Amino acid sequence: MTTKAFQRIYTQLEAITKATVSLRAAGIVNDELASVDGRLAQVVKIKDDIVTLQIFEGTEGIPTNAEVLFYGEPPALNVSEDLAGRFFNAYGQPIDDGPAIEGERRYIGGPSVNPFRRKQPSQLIPTGIAGIDLNNTLVSGQKIPFFADPDQPYNQVMAQVALRADVDKIILGGMGLSNDDYLYFRQVFENAGALNKIISFVNTTEQPPVERLLIPDMALAAAEYFAVDKNEKVLVLLTDMTLYADALCIVSNRMDQIPSKDSMPGSLYSDLAKIYEKAVQLPDGGSITIIAVTTLNDGDITHAIPDNTGYITEGQLFLRMDTDTGKVIIDPFRSLSRLKQLVIGKQTREDHNHVMNTAVRLYADASNAKTKLENGFDLSDYDLRCLDYAKEYSTRLLAIDVNISIDEMLDTAWELFGKFFSKAETGIREALVEKYWKE
Amino acid sequence: MKSTGIVTGIISNLVTVEVNGHVAQNEICYIDLGGTKLMAEVIKISGKNAFVQVYESTRGLKQGDKVEFAGHMLEATLGPGLLSSSFDGLQNNLETMEDIFLKRGEYTKPLDHDKQWHFTPSAQPGEKVFAADWLGEVMEGWLHHKIMVPFSFDGEFTIKSIAPEGDYRIDDTIAVLTDPEGEEHKVTMVQKWPVKIAVGGYIEKPRPYRVMETGVRCMDTLNPIAEGGTGFIPGPFGCGKTVLQHAIARQGDAEVIVMAACGERANEVVEIFTDFPKLIDPHTGRKLMERTTIVCNTSNMPVAAREASVYTAMTICEYYRAMGMKVLLLADSTSRWAQALREMSNRMEELPGADAFPVDITAIISNFYSRAGIVKLRNGETGSVTFIGTVSPAGGNLKEPVTEATKKAARCFYALSQARADMKRYPAVDPIDSYSKYLEYPEVIEFLTERVAKDWVDKVNRTKNIIRRGKEVADQINILGDDGVPMSYHELYWKSELIDFAILQQDAFDPIDSLTSMERQEYMLTLVLDVCDTHLEFENFEECGNFYKELINILRQMNYSEFKSEQFNRYLEQLNNKLKK
Repeated sequence: MTTKAFQRIYTQLEAITKATVSLRAAGIVNDELASVDGRLAQVVKIKDDIVTLQIFEGTEGIPTNAEVLFYGEPPALNVSEDLAGRFFNAYGQPIDDGPAIEGERRYIGGPSVNPFRRKQPSQLIPTGIAGIDLNNTLVSGQKIPFFADPDQPYNQVMAQVALRADVDKIILGGMGLSNDDYLYFRQVFENAGALNKIISFVNTTEQPPVERLLIPDMALAAAEYFAVDKNEKVLVLLTDMTLYADALCIVSNRMDQIPSKDSMPGSLYSDLAKIYEKAVQLPDGGSITIIAVTTLNDGDITHAIPDNTGYITEGQLFLRMDTDTGKVIIDPFRSLSRLKQLVIGKQTREDHNHVMNTAVRLYADASNAKTKLENGFDLSDYDLRCLDYAKEYSTRLLAIDVNISIDEMLDTAWELFGKFFSKAETGIREALVEKYWKE
Repeated sequence: MKSTGIVTGIISNLVTVEVNGHVAQNEICYIDLGGTKLMAEVIKISGKNAFVQVYESTRGLKQGDKVEFAGHMLEATLGPGLLSSSFDGLQNNLETMEDIFLKRGEYTKPLDHDKQWHFTPSAQPGEKVFAADWLGEVMEGWLHHKIMVPFSFDGEFTIKSIAPEGDYRIDDTIAVLTDPEGEEHKVTMVQKWPVKIAVGGYIEKPRPYRVMETGVRCMDTLNPIAEGGTGFIPGPFGCGKTVLQHAIARQGDAEVIVMAACGERANEVVEIFTDFPKLIDPHTGRKLMERTTIVCNTSNMPVAAREASVYTAMTICEYYRAMGMKVLLLADSTSRWAQALREMSNRMEELPGADAFPVDITAIISNFYSRAGIVKLRNGETGSVTFIGTVSPAGGNLKEPVTEATKKAARCFYALSQARADMKRYPAVDPIDSYSKYLEYPEVIEFLTERVAKDWVDKVNRTKNIIRRGKEVADQINILGDDGVPMSYHELYWKSELIDFAILQQDAFDPIDSLTSMERQEYMLTLVLDVCDTHLEFENFEECGNFYKELINILRQMNYSEFKSEQFNRYLEQLNNKLKK
């Protein structure tokens, strides 16, 4: 950011905390940016003539006579077609040695779409992964996170989904990404030859955590430019939202706010909703779909971060290691796509809904049988068949390394029903059984 | 002379205003941000300083910005044209906003002021009238929309003149009333009412005595909600709260439905916008949208307006209730509203209660639920507001402040269970934890006896008992193993499964199964209980399980068939043959 003629300069700080500084200043506007001793800061509180600034990098070493420059505007991003193929930091500055972006300057974190002007999401996004396409179908305009423990390959799955999806732009918002993962994404995108449709905003673990609070808004401002102005289909990847929430927690703590559950700020729900609700199907064909990652602590979804996320997003994809088959699967019990009803049986075959539910119900019977087995009880013939079915179902359909069409997924499921069960045991509507049953 | 002020402090959407003159608690004010007026509400006053919560983003606001107070609280505009409209939490009409994005400071009129309505007077000059008395009516869709003496008129008035039958705009004078002092007051078809104050104008609020049918079996059969009653649906995410609520909205036996989407997903509201204009109301055969008003303040819309949205919705309901209508209010979710209160309380640095919620959260919630009810109007008619709210308990834990507070206020409890949802047993309403206090009301029992069947409530209680016994023996079987328990345990278990699959589970996406009439519910429950009463002999537990699984399959096929159709009867015959063997 260059110095402009009208900028006001102050040099007397009244108070300094770990994350904020306060000074006397007049005519300051709420939310505007400033630099304090060369570090970027934002106005968070105005009380009479005392202005409090939050410093993204932290206040280490800032003296009371630090130079404070006010920019007169909130965080903004220059938008144009030139964004495509570029890498930026949390402030929207290029980190790929390319030139600065010329274009219209837009404030990030803009207003919401009028719900009445939205269109119902209706375009299926196929991924080839049966745990997603068959059981938890994705739809454009949807927002859905992967819930995964930190040791699971969520970034790989997400990159795979992104590259298979039929979209015009992919926007990566990386928060607290390890340098290795950042390079992984770069390499995968380059290898796929897809770099020209990808835009990345990255904050790595080497950078200050509070900075990453800007990443989602930057990524979504770019997404809105392509979806609203250019009517393009945009897929936004946000990883990892747990680290984003942790940064919120740090800030609220330093601002002396009363914490609510799990020491998270009381506004966590609204803060996350503001981001996720940017997912939209627009009337003119453009759309923003958000796939995020929320890392869990040992599968605990009752923690405030996954819990609030689950209430906001349209489902969740739950990654789990299946010890029976040694594969990472998309857990059919805990995963859900709320929008799947909009496309299954409509853009997919008529038997989709019944096959999906029956397959999961039989898998649940298998898990009951497994509990019985573990408790040392005899298994019935049905139990044993369920267990065999579960193994095949897990390997051939739930595993994340599957890549087949939806019709093939349905046929595979019918094949498994025919192999292990009687028609009555499936309880599927008779007309469908007659048409699709495989002996 | 209205008071004015200037902005002295800003923390997020809490703004401190130095006031010049008098202000009232909850008074509305407008902050001038370079020509854009931002609406705000006074939530605390201290000396010359008023603390206001701004209903919009405060980005760009600065110290010294001018503030103008409006002299009234947040009000709802009430008149013909509310139905089939979509409002935000402050009752701005979302349909008349041009832009794709919600522009800050853009406020639209709730009602169409140019539309002509055909007014028919029902009162005569010289009659003595009170607030909420009917003066005449217009047709709003197929509903007789009564034009009433404004709720704010205090005391006895005399009708001086009333407009003859004809077409009028809502702002035209349709009557002139004189108060006891002889002063004249003009009455139009539109009136305003402060949303946080309950609308009165009725003689009494009796105990609810009728059941409101929803077509959802686990509610109507097991735990019916009364017309004018209150209920709530708590559940972790992914358990089907919204699907269940939409089913109730589509099928509920009410004349007017108001849906308050409070702090929830925008796409869920879009679903209503998209589906309701196409769907047919099963009771009247008209388009669902014609009887529906949507008040939506989705999770990304300004937090402060969330609280306003539920009050606005309730006020609209009370307005239609005063016309003698059956109104159903669905609010999704009241937890988001409580969270909005928490954010504000936190910014005001109030001492927090449990989980950082404000300490008066219980009082606020019960006060809101108490606005529902069936009422007897002055002309002898009855009207009702039935209220069902959802609660989103943090971490799915029902021992959190909002759920606990709501449990004290609501009379029906529909607990959604994670375990049932995981097994895809939808609707995931837990049959054992859920309850309806109305089943204990003698007047409701009497109603059901007359409406459904003589021994209906006994049957319902027997059903619940079979489910409860089934749960107990299932635990035993899990501990002792299939072989470790007597045969009768397996039979008990499978009878409860039979009820679970044939009665409790219902496919909300199947055109036939999703809506079950009370006649059909009575028929099916009797049938299933007859099966449970049939004496059967089994060699071993596997034979028992397989037999019941086949019965379940037949009963499910029946649920998918048109009631008493050929197909239905064929499955019935199959069932009877099975039992004879």
